[in-house]
Amino acid sequence: MSATTHMPLLFSLHGVGQIYGAHRALGPLDLEIRAGEQLALIGPSGCGKSTLIRLLAGLVTPSEGTIRFHGKALSDLDMGPYRQNLGYVIQNGGLFPHLTAARNVTLMARQLGWSKARIQDRLVELARLVHLGEDRLAQYPADLSGGQRQRVSLMRALMLEPEVLLLDEPLGALDPMIRYQLQTDLRDIFQTLGLTVILVTHDLAEAAFLSKRIVLLREGQLVQDGGFKDLVDHPADPFVSAFVKAQRGVLAGGAL
Amino acid sequence: MMARLMIACAWLFLTAAAAPPKTDDRAVVIASKAFTESVIVSELARLSLREAGQQVVHRQALGGTRIVFGALKRGEIDAYPDYTGTLRFEIYAAAKATDPAALERLLAQNGIAMTNPLGFNNSYGLAMQADVAKAKNITRISDLVGRMDLRFGLSNEFLDRGDGWPALKAAYGLAQKADGLQHDLSYRGLADGRLEVIDVYTTDAEIAFYDLKVLEDDRGFFPAYEAVFLYRADLAQSHPQAVEALQSLAGRILAQHMRQMNKRVKIDRQPETAVAADFLSKETGQTVVGEGNAGLLGRIWQRSVEHMRLVALSLTMALVLAVPLAIVAFRKPHLGGAILGFVGILQTVPALALFVFMIPLLGIGAAPTIAALFLYSLLPIVRNGHAGLAGIPADLQESAQALGLPPMARLWRIELPLALPTLLAGIKTAAVINVGAATLGALIGAGGYGQPILTGIRLDDMGLILEGAVPAALLALLVTGLFDLVERWLTPRGLRL
Repeated sequence: MSATTHMPLLFSLHGVGQIYGAHRALGPLDLEIRAGEQLALIGPSGCGKSTLIRLLAGLVTPSEGTIRFHGKALSDLDMGPYRQNLGYVIQNGGLFPHLTAARNVTLMARQLGWSKARIQDRLVELARLVHLGEDRLAQYPADLSGGQRQRVSLMRALMLEPEVLLLDEPLGALDPMIRYQLQTDLRDIFQTLGLTVILVTHDLAEAAFLSKRIVLLREGQLVQDGGFKDLVDHPADPFVSAFVKAQRGVLAGGAL
Repeated sequence: MMARLMIACAWLFLTAAAAPPKTDDRAVVIASKAFTESVIVSELARLSLREAGQQVVHRQALGGTRIVFGALKRGEIDAYPDYTGTLRFEIYAAAKATDPAALERLLAQNGIAMTNPLGFNNSYGLAMQADVAKAKNITRISDLVGRMDLRFGLSNEFLDRGDGWPALKAAYGLAQKADGLQHDLSYRGLADGRLEVIDVYTTDAEIAFYDLKVLEDDRGFFPAYEAVFLYRADLAQSHPQAVEALQSLAGRILAQHMRQMNKRVKIDRQPETAVAADFLSKETGQTVVGEGNAGLLGRIWQRSVEHMRLVALSLTMALVLAVPLAIVAFRKPHLGGAILGFVGILQTVPALALFVFMIPLLGIGAAPTIAALFLYSLLPIVRNGHAGLAGIPADLQESAQALGLPPMARLWRIELPLALPTLLAGIKTAAVINVGAATLGALIGAGGYGQPILTGIRLDDMGLILEGAVPAALLALLVTGLFDLVERWLTPRGLRL
């Protein structure tokens, strides 16, 4: 966390909450995210972590409070350019089945009128970055494996060189071997690109492996915000210890 | 892929637009009502006009009195044959016109004129076997008085009507009792000698077939249903020779001629055109050729062109409206309910009623048929288009949004391609329904495969019915096959199973 304190503020949330009918899904909470941070939102199902990342992606408008991006309220921003500045990856990739991998990746660039050469160069560069065989690019999503689909989805998210990468349980549906490989690849990619990453996961080991800062949520409230060691050594309340303990078996031989 | 969609739409539209409308503006349009006698009489007129050097078309069996008379009033047709009784008791029933001059005044108010009577009177009458009548020395209805040896068999309708048997008995002083029976059976009763006297329409084909004698109505009891041609009054200025040719038929078609021609068409199954041509040849002493039937293949080809034009035009129009409606219903859910409800209600209107509703708005012929088919095609396309769009998985819709694609690009590049298979299935349904429903267009003069079906029903001719029904069924199959191909061609490879 200390390494990025000198970086400019990217997101700042004040009193942000989300209410669906009579049900409060999130907040109200405050949160600040600095440029270049790699942050994991973690917590049990229904804790509000997915709601939070969807608010950041501008897919839903918060019921209360203000989200600022580079100091400007999201509600005042033009959503088109804003979203193009974000890369967004969801659990099943969200690839369009009627487009080949390459066309999925280059969809926005073509929409924005990039030159063919520029698109091709970027495509090759990204395929190398995410370790996807170039021959896979001509395939339709249905003909790709789950891991390959997530790599393509990541390429699509990175195509326009966004400032921020939002990952909503990106590895949640993969089997352990592929998941392990992708976690390693993702960490390399984050380090290579140095961009801001906000990751939603329910897996503490994955959070610890991919991000320095972990934000733990429960029932829409922020419970603890800190490094992995803080969570283990100085749990904010008994729930944090219980959450950590529940995953201890896995952690015993790894990050612990 | 979307480029292919555009190509397919353009192709459909061009097919529709390229089919040439075949009506000649300068031709005289003669119509007939939907029964054999009317078709024959109009064929006589068509051939006469043609012999007089006029351009003329005959819209056969256009419909009932209301439809055909309405078409004449609006100037969509120039002439058709009707009966003075129909004018008096049906069309101008409220005016209580009693003499021809009064009828002519009423017609003139609608811009219509009528010819002198053509010669035959198609009203009720009493008939006997010719030989029996001769043997018993009966020629007039008055001769029946006191002949208690004669058995009467009368159709139930005639027996019950106030102006039927009870009034006839009173008028002539007849004392006989009469049995009620089915009209078809009464002819057989006469033939095998179980009956001596029955009621008939005076030009029934069976009179000629069974060799019956229609007894003279010597006290003028039965109201006259004299055949005349009604024509647009302005035809006398624009096509004087046509009016002259219609007038030339007056007084020449006698009841026995009409019975004979009805018999040849209804019982001997000869084409109306040939029967009419024979009559004219005999009457004029010149050979009149009934070209009419262009041979089976020619007829089917012409009807195919008419039919496909109805289907292609209505479907193209429906696409142009229904696809945007489906998109609006999807994007604006508060309007969606209203849109789907509205096109749903359109579908509940019975097809026949919808066709007839169109007549006051668009007249007769192809236009009202295309409009009705267009309305009928909306529901399957809107419903499937909406279902296809609404069925796109939420995560894909969100991915498109999260990428920052503008709404139009999202629609064009993502949503429509994903909804396309469902949408195409809806279009296919609409097209197949259209091919079937378009046969009803023949009822209001649009031609197509419905024409021989209607004529076949009228003449009880299975061959003719099949001549329309088989091509219609084949066209439906062809359309299904064609759409399957288009579907394969248009469906993005990633969506093919």
